[in-house]
Amino acid sequence: MTTGQATALEAIRRAAELREQMHASFRDETVRSIYAEAGRVANRAARESADRRFSVDQQIDRLLTSPVFGLPIMALLLAAVFWVTIAGANVPSAMLATGFFWVEDQAAGLFDAAGLPWWITGFVWHGVFRGLAWVVSVMLPPMAIFFPLFTILEDLGYLPRVAFNLDFLFRRAGAHGKQALTMAMGFGCNAAGVIATRVIDSPRERLIAILTNNFVPCNGRFPTLIMLATIFVGGAFQSGGFPPVMVSMAAAGSVVGIVIVGVIFTLMVSWTLSRTILKGEASAFTLELPPYRRPGVLRILYTSLIDRTLFVLWRACLTAAPAGAVIWILANIYVGDTNLAQHIANALNPLGNAIGLDGVILLAYIIAIPANEIVVPTMLMVYMGTSQMSEMSSLADLEGLLVGGHGWTLLTAVNLMLFSLLHNPCATTIVTIYKETLSKKWTVIGALMPLAIAFIVTFVVAAVWRLAA
Amino acid sequence: MTTHACDTCAAHAELARMGVTLDRFDRVVALAGNPNTGKSTLFNALTGLRQHTGNWPGKTVSRAEGGFAFNNVRYKLVDLPGTYSLLSASHDEQIARDFLLFGRPDATIVVVDATALERNLNLVLQVLEITDRVIVAVNLMDEARRKGIDVDVRSLSRDLGVPAVGLVARTGEGQHGLLEAVDGLTSGAIATAPLRVKGTPEFQRAIGELVPLIEAAAPGVPNARWIAIRLLDGDAEVEDALTTGRLAELVADQTRRVDTFSRKMALEGSQ
Repeated sequence: MTTGQATALEAIRRAAELREQMHASFRDETVRSIYAEAGRVANRAARESADRRFSVDQQIDRLLTSPVFGLPIMALLLAAVFWVTIAGANVPSAMLATGFFWVEDQAAGLFDAAGLPWWITGFVWHGVFRGLAWVVSVMLPPMAIFFPLFTILEDLGYLPRVAFNLDFLFRRAGAHGKQALTMAMGFGCNAAGVIATRVIDSPRERLIAILTNNFVPCNGRFPTLIMLATIFVGGAFQSGGFPPVMVSMAAAGSVVGIVIVGVIFTLMVSWTLSRTILKGEASAFTLELPPYRRPGVLRILYTSLIDRTLFVLWRACLTAAPAGAVIWILANIYVGDTNLAQHIANALNPLGNAIGLDGVILLAYIIAIPANEIVVPTMLMVYMGTSQMSEMSSLADLEGLLVGGHGWTLLTAVNLMLFSLLHNPCATTIVTIYKETLSKKWTVIGALMPLAIAFIVTFVVAAVWRLAA
Repeated sequence: MTTHACDTCAAHAELARMGVTLDRFDRVVALAGNPNTGKSTLFNALTGLRQHTGNWPGKTVSRAEGGFAFNNVRYKLVDLPGTYSLLSASHDEQIARDFLLFGRPDATIVVVDATALERNLNLVLQVLEITDRVIVAVNLMDEARRKGIDVDVRSLSRDLGVPAVGLVARTGEGQHGLLEAVDGLTSGAIATAPLRVKGTPEFQRAIGELVPLIEAAAPGVPNARWIAIRLLDGDAEVEDALTTGRLAELVADQTRRVDTFSRKMALEGSQ
């Protein structure tokens, strides 16, 4: 033992002795005197005249956090955000796609005219470029609308109210009320949601929040959900002769439905975890409801467009380009008279069918492990690679391809939405879970538990659906 | 983005936002405060960085660092997570407390919410127990005015014994005064006489007895007085840090740069 340690022990021993001698409540007294002093200083420095705005805030809060209206208002706000996103993103998405595929054709034509070998043209333009084009046209418009809207809600101070409204549910599930905040961050990106769980002090509740964050669809998965909702739910309403407003509303409603399913799964899994491998009671905490503040428009546009939209888009492009290349290669290497992509898809077909999907969708999910953003583009590229189509200018074409060309049914759409909601987190999130927990065990559970749940749920849905049909 | 008149006046030109250029700096300034008082907004305004800000408590989950220069002095600014106190064992409070104790910043700006002064001052008083190089930045003055609350920063400064400045971090109002206070305090031009809660005579005697013991056990440790208070309180963590020599480690930890990953994620906030 060093002398330093000896003196340290001596100091601690002496401190304990002194503590014994002192009045038992000295700690409370210290805290109380700090509070009293703070009160005195504050009273001298601050003069309050009227309290008008405060009461306005309270009135709004009484409505937004009311036990009766709180949750419905929340669902309505969410629906409104999705509705604006879906209604607004359709046209620019189609325009971007048309533009990009025109560029692809022209450029490929130029390459051909210059006498370059077919595989260079194919690899560069029909592989890498097409992957990028899909990602940008499918993702950019919805994100450019969704993120600013979401940031406005955040800036106004609505998120803590969401946590407040959901607190009783999380408490019953044995989880922390602030988990709702980390879920809200998960809407942006699950990796960010996992990091946001640092606001939860209890390690047990923090782990629950980390393991279930994946059940909030991140923006990488929203395009999938929005596309399916638009084609299948919106499409059904459209052919039913409903006006366009109703069509997009129905689509938005079904996305909200999926989000609610995600919340239900979060609660169910949290409940199960806190009664099995992560036993314990929910801990109490204080949540400050901040005053409503007027959002700064320029700052919102900056954060949501530059920081979020372009950041996420860039990440998607980084994974989409190589994915496009991989798909092109798989679709152009022939073994026998079918290409590799088709071979793999065929091999995955039995498993895909069992859960109401198909081999191509599973292949897309395997290729998209690095980033969920590219699931839909990957899927479409594999489908198109086999059906000789080079471009897709409208959602009607898309519907034709999926339903007519590849036998998609409503079951496929429903199960794909469920699978997209529940399946394993992307590689970035998995790495983040490891960095946050520093535990291989929890990382593996965090990756495999959602995947298992996704397979079980889609399998059961498919089985029940087919039995009922 | 802000269009305050100060942005264009000559005095303001002395501020140079330096983003994450932190390789060489002369002084370290910490930003502390209750959650959701605008620390990150101030951080962004001074450094020119885009640390994600949001209207909810607990948004900054780890230290974020950035740089700025004022009057040709380069500062490293450390944005600490928002805390209501420094006494509990929660992760956030530990990050904030460890940095204030062992990172030994040249100045600590405690950002307080002008509309909830009393609650915010609890933290100020606790920070004053740790360090006397404190500036109280009374933020959200505009919101206070709207609510009919008038905050007298001179009275505050007199009572607390440290500089206090009014601020509207979002528009930049009061920013120049704050920077001058930082300059004055870190250069030694401004002296402080922090208000410290005295406690009972027996408490003071106990502290007086423990401080030399702590200084002998961990030579060179800053804030022996604060550690004495914690020991007296039976804080197991501080006891542990003292016996295992982790105290020295903590001091070294705080001067090390935050690793790239956590800083990057902190800056990107909630993608």
